[in-house]
Amino acid sequence: MLIKKPALFTEKETTSKEDFYNSRSLISKSRRQFLLQSSSIMLASGLAPSTLWAGNKIENYKKSILSLNEKPTAYEYVTTYNNFYEFGTAKGDPSVNAHLLKTKPWSVTIEGEVGKPGIYNLEDILKRQQLEERIYRLRCVEAWSMVVPWIGFSLAELIRQMEPTSKAKYVEFTTLYDPEQMPGQKRRTLKWPYVEGLRMDEAMHPLSLMATGLYGEEMPKQNGAPLRLIVPWKYGFKSIKSIVKIRLTEHMPTTSWNESAKHEYGFYANVNPQVPHPRWSQRRERIIGAPLFTPKRDTEMFNGYGEQVASLYKDMNLKTFF
Amino acid sequence: MVKKRLSKRQLVILKVTVFAVCLWPFSCIVWDAVNNLLGADPIQTLHFRTGDWALRFILLTLSLSPLKRLLNSPLPLRFSRMFGLFTFFYASVHLLVWLVLDQSLSLDNMIEDVPQSPYIILGLLAYTLLIPLAATSTAAMMRVMGNSWFTLHKLIYLIALMGVIHFFWLTKLDDIEPLIYAFVLFILLAFRWPVIKRIFS
Repeated sequence: MLIKKPALFTEKETTSKEDFYNSRSLISKSRRQFLLQSSSIMLASGLAPSTLWAGNKIENYKKSILSLNEKPTAYEYVTTYNNFYEFGTAKGDPSVNAHLLKTKPWSVTIEGEVGKPGIYNLEDILKRQQLEERIYRLRCVEAWSMVVPWIGFSLAELIRQMEPTSKAKYVEFTTLYDPEQMPGQKRRTLKWPYVEGLRMDEAMHPLSLMATGLYGEEMPKQNGAPLRLIVPWKYGFKSIKSIVKIRLTEHMPTTSWNESAKHEYGFYANVNPQVPHPRWSQRRERIIGAPLFTPKRDTEMFNGYGEQVASLYKDMNLKTFF
Repeated sequence: MVKKRLSKRQLVILKVTVFAVCLWPFSCIVWDAVNNLLGADPIQTLHFRTGDWALRFILLTLSLSPLKRLLNSPLPLRFSRMFGLFTFFYASVHLLVWLVLDQSLSLDNMIEDVPQSPYIILGLLAYTLLIPLAATSTAAMMRVMGNSWFTLHKLIYLIALMGVIHFFWLTKLDDIEPLIYAFVLFILLAFRWPVIKRIFS
């Protein structure tokens, strides 16, 4: 597993807060340098990026007590039935097109209301995290669900390491924007790049996971490699993939699906069988991979995680704040 | 050149062939269902495949009379009943998939789901309107009904429109497919502009 190997990038590349806000070109310059630097290191060590990590098993992760006691959906379906519009709008498109994505090297920009802004390479971020396997149910807003054994680390822990300021009220996540690597971005289906967000208390909740793998191996590209969010009590579109930027903000971020259709996809997007989507019922869900005559499953409030998360919303009208 | 007249035998052979071709998509769907080849989301796959064919057949049915004009031959109209009934057939399978697999034949489920899902209401309405057309599709009914038969069967324009809107309404974001159906329908309705104008005047 990559975090056990000696880090390829020993120096953490960070920019001071002043530099960071003074000039955008500085960011892109430092990013370019970073990319050049990392590729030369790789060549020097005789390893091509594609052979480095592809399909690698992840070792040294613990099993989480937060896991469902259920049999996961077949690997084949988890990795070929994907909503990842950056690679096409059909469910099968991402598994066909995602090979175009270059996930090594990968850097994540940390910015906004944080004490430690900067551009960090993913290796360095991962070195500080404890990986664990969490088996969660993923409920899509399209009324289907699957059970996935994710591997990842606590988002709360990452945010604590970023040292949020007192003004940090929301977390905004951004997916990579590069139409050459993500051909679906050549079409304006959504406004690119994809942006999602959480309220600070949602992000700090122990269930919120930053995932880097599934089924014991590194995250397949079509599932949002190399780093994605998993918020199991919300509809799947909140769980943004291939994250390149995490920004803490004072104000609620503008998120992609909400911007695309405000009345259909709310900022909160908590799984809620009592609140129908304006065009379809959310009371039941199709179980991915189930035999043909399997009845649909009754959708649970907060996707079954109500006991843990209902208190986050205790004074809110969930019909208004859907 | 299109031959103006076919012998009775030729016509029978042609009709049997076309009938078999029309059944081909259904055979593929059944084959895939029996052999567990419908993929990760079999109910949804069945919905889409049967719905697609119902829409395609209603558009095919509507293309016959423009085709007759273009080819200057009455031959296409020989297939309007067959294509119309295949529309009804695929729509029926589509409805059956919803009733049996999606709703598990539970009235309680339907009472909850239908009012929350406008596209389902529209689909059910469109199907309801297809029933009298299928029921009056025989030559005998045509004779009995006379002119009112033609009036009744103009409902197909409305049903096709409802079918396309039904598809639009359930689509989450990428409208390309329903747009293609809408475009084809628009062209086919444009051929009937005089008739449509008369209906509304």
